[in-house]
Amino acid sequence: MRPLHPVSPGLRIALGISFFVLFIAFWAWITLGGHVNRIFLADPLSMLRDGWRLLVEDRFWLDILITIWRVFGGFVLASVVAVPIGIAMGAWKPVEAFLEPFVSFARYLPASAFIPLLILWAGIGELEKLLVIFVGSVFQIILIVAVKVGSTRRDLVEAAYTLGSTSNGIVKRVIMPANAPEIAETLRLVLGWAWTYVIVAELIGSSSGIGYMIINSQSRLATGQIIFGIIVIGLIGLLSDFAFKAFNRWLFPWSLA
Amino acid sequence: MSKLLIEGVSRAFAGVRGGLPVKALMPIDLAVAANDFITILGPSGCGKSTLLRIVAGLEAPSEGRVLLDDKAVARPGPDRGMVFQSYTLFPWLTVTENIAFGLRERGMAPKERDDIVASYVDLVGLRGFENHWPKQLSGGMQQRTAIARALANDPEILLLDEPFGALDNQTRGLMQELLLGIWERRKKTVLFVTHDIEEAIFMASRVIVMTARPGSIKSDVAIDLPHPRHYTLKTSPEFSALKARLTEDIRIEAMRTAQTRPAAA
Repeated sequence: MRPLHPVSPGLRIALGISFFVLFIAFWAWITLGGHVNRIFLADPLSMLRDGWRLLVEDRFWLDILITIWRVFGGFVLASVVAVPIGIAMGAWKPVEAFLEPFVSFARYLPASAFIPLLILWAGIGELEKLLVIFVGSVFQIILIVAVKVGSTRRDLVEAAYTLGSTSNGIVKRVIMPANAPEIAETLRLVLGWAWTYVIVAELIGSSSGIGYMIINSQSRLATGQIIFGIIVIGLIGLLSDFAFKAFNRWLFPWSLA
Repeated sequence: MSKLLIEGVSRAFAGVRGGLPVKALMPIDLAVAANDFITILGPSGCGKSTLLRIVAGLEAPSEGRVLLDDKAVARPGPDRGMVFQSYTLFPWLTVTENIAFGLRERGMAPKERDDIVASYVDLVGLRGFENHWPKQLSGGMQQRTAIARALANDPEILLLDEPFGALDNQTRGLMQELLLGIWERRKKTVLFVTHDIEEAIFMASRVIVMTARPGSIKSDVAIDLPHPRHYTLKTSPEFSALKARLTEDIRIEAMRTAQTRPAAA
């Protein structure tokens, strides 16, 4: 193995899969081999059995759909608010001076700690779930977008000025298109975090969703169901990430060409 | 009447941590006649790019002023087209969209715009690459597009800041011929900054040699070599004589910049 030397595509896939195999083999060994108490950790086979029963008998797919809707609802809401503010902060320094200190502070407010407050304000309905994701994502998106926009290549801006662009034209036709791919990448990243927030929101004061199923399974010591729920979240996260990546590639071919 | 008038333009930068201000440019006076091709030759760090950026309006002079057609320059504008040393094509636009950028900003109708853009695509020899993105082009092609983009706006003066500085020697030679060919056919006032002596002579009708920092004008040399110029001119005796003279001028300044003396001296 030489440092920084690339690995062939076939070997890359094989290596990636082999870790999963090892991981599951280890899991099977400690559970099926009786090395841990079954009450605390289900084995892979009963996890699959429990998962199948959840999907077929308990209509768990409805919970999955509800969770997906919450993630995307909260995420879209946060993006729609945060991206324009982030662009404004990055482009106009007085706006940044006005908002940046507060946003930097608000970013460290833990979204999960807001749940009790949000329940008081919005009840335990859908709005509260969306707001948890919103609070968790919006400040992060604002700050990252502001930083990206603030570091727009100055030579491109100068070139546009010498071609007759006005300040408005610079923002609309240089700053925004120049940063669009990076903003899309930022959103992809934050969507991943939104998956964490939604589960936390569903663990508290909820009667549906993947998180609800997980907390419900805990009281019945159904560790197989909990693990199945966690794996479902992981798979959906992976799929949405792939889809997002493909969408970005399709949207901004110039940045990869 | 002069096309461009630089009157007592100087530039100083604020000192670092309360230190004395750093002078980048001594007061410069320069009159540029219409359709002149002027090269500004100087060692690196002499402030020649700063002077060009002041003319472009991208930087403000500490003192003095710049007049284009008797109007004072306050900010950048489409009457002063600029080509930068770094590749500044908009990466999200194709070759034609890049060339059309200035015309679009001006609000020109698409039909009229397309005709102009097509003529400039031909002028810089990029037919067949109209729909390529900048990343798909070589450095020379990118700078050709940048020249077309600046010219398509029909500026009063074209400013070039070491536009071929990042290109390899062969490409650079071809680009010089291309730009000079365009200038010979469609007269334009040009201010071209370079540190390459051969380039400065080959392109120019007048070479302004600058001193080491803080930059001032050291000499002003008219280049009366006939047009159209062919690359073989670079090996002619007249060219060599000019090159010898400017090499001497520049060498002294380069040594001052490096603060060294030849060992034998």
